[in-house]
Amino acid sequence: MSGSGGSAFGSALDLVTRVRGVRGAMLVARPDGLVVAEQLMEGIKGGAVAALAASVTVRLQRAMGTAGLGSCQFWHLQCDHGSLLAVTVGETMLVVAVTEPDVNVGLVRLELLRVAESTA
Amino acid sequence: MTTVRAVEMWTLDPLTTYVAEAGARLVLLMTPAGQVLAQSGFSKALDVMGASALGAAIMASTTELARLLGQPPFSALNHQGRQHGIFLSGFATDRGPLVALVVYDLDVSSLGLVQLFFEHLVADLRAASPKAGATKSVLAADFERELTESLNALFGR
Repeated sequence: MSGSGGSAFGSALDLVTRVRGVRGAMLVARPDGLVVAEQLMEGIKGGAVAALAASVTVRLQRAMGTAGLGSCQFWHLQCDHGSLLAVTVGETMLVVAVTEPDVNVGLVRLELLRVAESTA
Repeated sequence: MTTVRAVEMWTLDPLTTYVAEAGARLVLLMTPAGQVLAQSGFSKALDVMGASALGAAIMASTTELARLLGQPPFSALNHQGRQHGIFLSGFATDRGPLVALVVYDLDVSSLGLVQLFFEHLVADLRAASPKAGATKSVLAADFERELTESLNALFGR
């Protein structure tokens, strides 16, 4: 797994990437959709995932707000070949995990929340 | 949906796709000299002329700055305000070097999206661009007529 970003952020992402079935994790600047730190397996386009995940979050946030449900804290997109999970860190950051289809979603969510706490 | 207008029709499809995907508010595609090839979102000719001149001037300034530093030209420039961002980038095509000026709403899009789909736009434009020899030189006698035709094409008159 290749990584970039500060060592503090990198070691925080280790919490997520050490879970079996996780193909990568990223810290994303939420307003810009740019990668702050990443640990990804070969073949995952970090920049593209970051930009689109941030965009999804902004739209979900708007939908949640319109429905009077408060702010979006966690989302999980399940697809045929894997999942995308994201936890928001305040208004500025997003922790994203790219996983295999058979991953332990609960455990990944827990680790994402721990990363969010440590980087808040 | 924002309408894209083009003087050179090969730019139309790539730019239309880009505007929709990136959620760009305004886009100008021009030569480094400021000659506009296509635009999206502008409603006044004066705005297009002003933006293209300023965009070309910024590119020229930053290219010269890079030259003074002994560096290759900067690939992209981003300015972000409270509500809008401006993204300016140059790239090479078979038709010659081009410059894109993109203005995006921070509520609708982001720098990440603008950059991500910009890579696609450049690839699409490179695939669609005519060879450099295909463009004809502009004669002084034809200049005013061609300028009027270009402005008409850019504003659908």
